[in-house]
Amino acid sequence: MPVSTTAQGTPVWRLRTTRAQWLGYLGWLIGITLFLLCWKVISDNTMWVFVEDAGRQGSNLISRMLPPQWDYAHRLWKPMWDTLNIATLGTLLGIAMAFPVAFLAARNTTPHPLVRSAALFVIVSSRSINSLIWAMLLVTILGPGVLAGIIAIALRSIGFIGKLLYEAIEEIHPTPVEAISATGAGRMQVMSYGVLPQILPAFAGISVYRWDINIRESTVLGLVGAGGIGLQLNAAINTLAWSQVSVIFVMIFATVLVSEWISARVRHTII
Amino acid sequence: MSRQSLAAREHWRRPSLIARPWLRWGLTLGALVYLLLALSSVDVNWQRVAEGASRGLNFLAAFAQPDFISRRGDIIDGIIESLTMTVTSTVIGVALAIPVGLGAARNIAPWPVYYMCRGIITMSRTFQEIIIAILFVVMFGFGPLAGMITLAFATVGFMAKLLAEDIEDLDWRQVEAVRATGAGWWQVMNHAIQPQVMPRLIGLSVYRLDINFRESAVIGIVGAGGIGATLNTSINRYEYDTSAAILLIIIAIVLLCEYSSSHIRRWTQ
Repeated sequence: MPVSTTAQGTPVWRLRTTRAQWLGYLGWLIGITLFLLCWKVISDNTMWVFVEDAGRQGSNLISRMLPPQWDYAHRLWKPMWDTLNIATLGTLLGIAMAFPVAFLAARNTTPHPLVRSAALFVIVSSRSINSLIWAMLLVTILGPGVLAGIIAIALRSIGFIGKLLYEAIEEIHPTPVEAISATGAGRMQVMSYGVLPQILPAFAGISVYRWDINIRESTVLGLVGAGGIGLQLNAAINTLAWSQVSVIFVMIFATVLVSEWISARVRHTII
Repeated sequence: MSRQSLAAREHWRRPSLIARPWLRWGLTLGALVYLLLALSSVDVNWQRVAEGASRGLNFLAAFAQPDFISRRGDIIDGIIESLTMTVTSTVIGVALAIPVGLGAARNIAPWPVYYMCRGIITMSRTFQEIIIAILFVVMFGFGPLAGMITLAFATVGFMAKLLAEDIEDLDWRQVEAVRATGAGWWQVMNHAIQPQVMPRLIGLSVYRLDINFRESAVIGIVGAGGIGATLNTSINRYEYDTSAAILLIIIAIVLLCEYSSSHIRRWTQ
């Protein structure tokens, strides 16, 4: 325990040693310097003239958004249905691909360490790249449309579901697995009767959670041409039809709230 | 017949996930109908897909030969801008998230403050970063400042929600103990609540740093600065070797972040 002595010779308790105290100051100094340097880079790249009238621009924007052009809403049902399909089918496709990857990536079910690192690399690259970037790529490859959106969502979901699922697999209880293999079960039978029942609740929870996130992400995929309500949003923004934009915002807000509620309810029942 | 007697006659089958048969078959039927409807509404232009297939192969081939050189200047500028946006937005976002998080914790905040802070959190979490970025670009003009504000706004919602949940299930006895010594509000915050949530707060901040970097690669598409603009341009020009290079850099930085964040989280716990 760090103790210093006063001039009178009485020991005084302190929270940190002198060394730790100085290291703390040094850490703060480095952190603040880094922050200020970064701020300087941003400030150099900013046109401050535009920032000065931000308040006016903002109030102008709001005044153009209100009142929302409600009769525009009936043209949004089809795009909304597409958005839901992108999220749901994309999640299903993602699950189908993430499931084997997770088993290959988990330390206790992987056939070989090399396979494990390959599976981990798949998971990391899928997680690092946002679904919008996948969508941009797929739109140039597959052409604009819902299909590109579905595959973009699926590719992004592999990493998320795969990571959480392989962590769940690594945390299973080994005794049921041992019991099943003691009966002479083959590799697949051990997976199916020993591992699978243990991870099923976690798996269902993860899938529903990802579906909820995917609903949110699929609302913007249309900005790069991958179908859904984002297409309408992009068109409305490009034509500066802000009163339509606000209708779209309300629709997105409502959909996301409902999907979040469903996902919370389902996860609550399962877990 | 009970499952035990079936098992005795070697007819054991594993129990179904959903016990009630009508619910099970109803859900299956509903899912099938939905799948049929959904799949039939996805119209695919197979001719266009076939045309694009060669481009897809080009893209995969580009990963074998990424081109870091020919657009070096743009890539370096974009990455530096992304990194600076990441750092500043995380610092500002976390600083703003702490008061909002305190206000959104049911056990320490009064009702009006609670509802206001929960409202802020819901607003920030519902909309994708890119939608918020569009609005901020209109307000603040093109460039990294709009991106920074976007990411900071998104960080507030994320951090405040998790912080509030953390505060809501902290150990209340320590708060009572500090209160019993006659401590004021600030002292309770500083000596009873802060020590309990600090490790998680640091871990989450590092995690958010990682997310902010990934997001900063995207919001450039709508003009909010960062590597996204360069990436978007390279994809639109079909310069897949440059895009592959950018994607590899992003993956490398995210990997680096993840390794260091797992170290930092281990150190704080």
